[in-house]
Amino acid sequence: MNWKTIFTIAKKDLKEARQNKAVWLPVLIVPAIFVVILPLGMILGFSSATGIAQNPMSDPDFALFIERMPAFLTDLISGLDATQSGIVLILGYLFAPFFLILPLMFSTVIAAESFAGERERKTIEALLYTPTTDAELFTGKVLAGFIPAVLITLVSFIGYTIVLNAAAYPVMGRIWFPLPSWYPLVLWVSPAISLLGIAVTVLISAKAQTFMGAYQTSGSLVLVVLALLAGQATGVIYLSVVVGLLIGLVIFVVDAVLMVYAVRTFNRAKLLASTR
Amino acid sequence: MENSIVIENLSHRFDDRYALRDLSFKVRQGEIFALLGPNGAGKTTTIRLVNGLYTPTAGKISVFGRDPVHQGSQIRQETGVLTETSAVYERLTARENLLFFGRVYGIPESSLLKRTDEILEFFALINRADERVATYSKGMKQRLALARALLTRPRILFLDEPTSSLDPESAQQVHELIESISRQEENTVFLCTHRLEEAERLSDRVAILNNGQLLALGSLEELGQQFNHGIWVEIDLFAPMESDLSTREMRGVLKREIIGTKMRVQVQEEAVIPALVSELVMQGAQIIGVRLQNVSLEDIYFKLQADAREGAG
Repeated sequence: MNWKTIFTIAKKDLKEARQNKAVWLPVLIVPAIFVVILPLGMILGFSSATGIAQNPMSDPDFALFIERMPAFLTDLISGLDATQSGIVLILGYLFAPFFLILPLMFSTVIAAESFAGERERKTIEALLYTPTTDAELFTGKVLAGFIPAVLITLVSFIGYTIVLNAAAYPVMGRIWFPLPSWYPLVLWVSPAISLLGIAVTVLISAKAQTFMGAYQTSGSLVLVVLALLAGQATGVIYLSVVVGLLIGLVIFVVDAVLMVYAVRTFNRAKLLASTR
Repeated sequence: MENSIVIENLSHRFDDRYALRDLSFKVRQGEIFALLGPNGAGKTTTIRLVNGLYTPTAGKISVFGRDPVHQGSQIRQETGVLTETSAVYERLTARENLLFFGRVYGIPESSLLKRTDEILEFFALINRADERVATYSKGMKQRLALARALLTRPRILFLDEPTSSLDPESAQQVHELIESISRQEENTVFLCTHRLEEAERLSDRVAILNNGQLLALGSLEELGQQFNHGIWVEIDLFAPMESDLSTREMRGVLKREIIGTKMRVQVQEEAVIPALVSELVMQGAQIIGVRLQNVSLEDIYFKLQADAREGAG
């Protein structure tokens, strides 16, 4: 494997993706919503809540959630008042799976552009006539989706940390974020879910004829994140450090299986089948 | 003369049909070799097989003595391919396109920068080298695709329908470029086309394909002798002839067509021509010109395609 060639391919794919509005618009807008708009709005909402009725802790469902939650979560809010507890539990804990939408979205949109998009524009044929091997082409294209997805998620996480601590400082009076369960989520589950997005997109791209077709179909992967979110909100799963590590491990195993299938769909003869 | 490509009994089948059947030919080093045939004849499939993109169903291919099935990457290092659609990255600039491909081929950075400028200059793209390719005309995109195929100074240049989507002016430009490339670089050019005039103008030898089968192979002259028995002579007359009954019965005259002051006569061999002219003069013909007519590839091509259809029917 020639890594110089692999990175050349990855860099070219990223350069092309940057020129496509359908790729870079979500990359700008979605982190802005998750990192700035939503947390700021919620913190302002909690801080300005004066009466009991406006306090999230007074919500009966939320009260039930607090009543049932395990010890590691009770420890997080022990000694905090209602507003502080609301901020910690909602933005510091329940919000976490939302964050996984970022690596999933970035990896699928770039992979759809890189695999299905290049076939759609028929530029793939010229690339197949170069001396690169199938493995180098595949790896280059996977990295084009994986590296930015992981990097943008990390940058968004750092941004979220700054926004949360700064905006909630008047209420919390200290630097309280990130909570321990976020580390496995950002450093372990997020790369796993980026790879999941890419593997599924490559498999879909073998059938889908257009970038949009591949992107929209692989977008259904967001259900995995929503399931995690629902599981957490209903108390089926509590995203502790250990649970985060386990979820990441399971996703990596699924990634490995899907990648084996994805590699099989990625050979010169199959890629050319649609342009025959 | 050394061979660049040797193809022996090559067959290739897609799921339900044969794209190529028992194809055999050799391409000599330094020649312009045309593969001529209608759409779907198997021309693009042949290029893909020779470059190791497909594995043949049967038969053998050798490119500079290498087997594309196992040494595809090494073969592609020495070939350049102009694909049927120009397939250039429209969101990148012309320079970015060439630099990307140069890096993928492993050309050292310093010589790549120089070569990129040189080739952009040669193809008259240097003034717009840093503009996005999406803003280029079809002809410019095709020139860029040709520049990309030649960037690495390939020993064999494959051209798949190089002018099929171009207007006559751009096609003419591309033809001139191909001619000048083959003169300058002395590399082998493997041209796939369904345009008869293109093959006739550019190629040293032609292979005619239909439904994946080789119908004929040779230089234009060889094909003429092989398939168009006899020589056509064109005779210009000062005034239409009233009668030429005797030439019809002359030995060595095969066919005769008269339209006004133009006469076309097919003779068995050149030696018949003086006797033919003298016979016409005896009959009172006022001859103002006699020309040997070149064998037309078009005649040969359509005869072969018609024979193939009859054979299949």
